[in-house]
Amino acid sequence: MEIAGKNVEIKSARDLGVIACTRCTQVWPVGTEACGRCGKALMMRDEKSLQRVWALWLVGLMCYVPANMYPMLQTRTLLSVQEDTIVGGAVELMHHGAVGIALIILVASVVIPLAKFMAIAFLAVSVTRPSSVSNHHRQLLYEVVEYIGRWSMIDIFVVAIMSSLVQLNTLAAVNPGRASLFFALSVIFTMLSAQAFDSRMIWDVQAKHKGTVEYE
Amino acid sequence: MADVQPIPLDTLIVCPHCDAAYELRRPGVGERARCQRCGTVLITPRRKAGLQIIAVSLAVAILIVAATVFPFLTIKAGGTTNSVSILDAALAFSDGPLVALALTTAALIIFVPLARVLLALYVLVPVVMDRPPARGATQAFRLSEALRPWSMAEIFAIGCAVALTKISDLADVAFGPAFWMFAALVVLVVVQDNFLCRWSVWKSLEKT
Repeated sequence: MEIAGKNVEIKSARDLGVIACTRCTQVWPVGTEACGRCGKALMMRDEKSLQRVWALWLVGLMCYVPANMYPMLQTRTLLSVQEDTIVGGAVELMHHGAVGIALIILVASVVIPLAKFMAIAFLAVSVTRPSSVSNHHRQLLYEVVEYIGRWSMIDIFVVAIMSSLVQLNTLAAVNPGRASLFFALSVIFTMLSAQAFDSRMIWDVQAKHKGTVEYE
Repeated sequence: MADVQPIPLDTLIVCPHCDAAYELRRPGVGERARCQRCGTVLITPRRKAGLQIIAVSLAVAILIVAATVFPFLTIKAGGTTNSVSILDAALAFSDGPLVALALTTAALIIFVPLARVLLALYVLVPVVMDRPPARGATQAFRLSEALRPWSMAEIFAIGCAVALTKISDLADVAFGPAFWMFAALVVLVVVQDNFLCRWSVWKSLEKT
C-alpha cells in the first residue's frame, strides 16, 4: 500500500519549502532549528556530512591495515605456539579441509570490509557529480552497506568465544592477538562513516541534473 | 499563521531516506506505508503491537540476565573441562590494551541489547496504558533508536556457530542452558524490532 495515489509526481520536502526530521519524519517550516517532537537538529541537507563520511572512512581504512598485518589469534599447543593473521588463519583452515568456515571468515573479514570501503567511497563521490548508476541502485547500495556493516563484527566475536573457551591449561590455549583491536575499530569507524552519510543527497543530484524533466 | 504557511505540516510525511514528501494517510490494519520512491517503510501499524512488544521486551530482559549468568558452552578435551558464560566470552580480551575491546564486546552483546529493551519498556508501558508519556520518554526513545545498530546479539549468535565448528574437531563442545536461552533471545530481539512502528511511537509521544 502506498500513502498517496499511484503515479503522483513525487516532490521532496525541499521542493515544497519545508524541512523534515530524519528521525521521526515530522515536517517543520524552513528555518526551524530542532524538531519539536524528537529534538533532532533539523538540516535541509547536512552539508558537513561528506566531510565526516571521509574522515571516518579514512580512520576505518587506517585501522584495517594493522588489522591484517598483526596476528588475530595466537594458538598455543603442547608443542608449538602459532600466530595467525586473518588471511593466514583462513588459509590454515582450508588446509585442514574446513573450506566452508574458511570462506565465511574470508567473506566476513576481507571481502565485506573491502567492498564496504569501496561502496562508501563510491556513494560519497557519486553525490558530488552526475552518476551513471541510478538513484534506486545507489539507495539500495547504501541500505546494504548500512545493514551488512555490523556483520563484520562476527570475526571479533569468534575470537572472543574461541579464546575464552579454549583455555585447557597445558594442552591448548587460544588467545586474542593485537589485530582484533584494530579490526574492531575498523568496523566501528566504517559503521560511523556510513551513518554520517546523508542519503537524501542521492536523490538531490538527479533533480539538479534533469531539471524539470523529472516531474514530467 | 495560515496565510503565512500554506503547507499543512501535520498532514505531511517525509521519507527520512530520500526526502520525498507525501500526504499523510494512516494505513489500515495489516497495511504498511512505504515510500514510493525508495521503498523505505514509513508506517507499519499493528493491532495490539504495544502489548506484544511489552511482553517480548520483558522476556528479552529476563533472558539476557539469565543467559549472561548461566554457563554458556562447555569444552572437554583430554580430561580437562572448561565452561564459560557469555560474560566470560565477552571479557576474553583482558590483557593490556585489549581491555577496551573486552568492554566493547560486553556492551555490544549484553548491555546495549539490555538497555534497548529497558528503554522500550520505559517508553511503551505508559503509552499502551493510555497514561501520559513517562518523563524523559522522548530522550529515552531517542537513545534506544541511536543504540539500534550497536545491538549485536544476533551477530554473536552466528559467531558462536562459526567458533563451534572451528573448535569441534579439536575438542568436545557441550551446550549449557544459557546457549538455548541466547538462541531464543536472538529470535525475540528480531521480532521486537520488526513489530515496532517508530512513527506510531513518535506520534504517541507527541501528545503531551
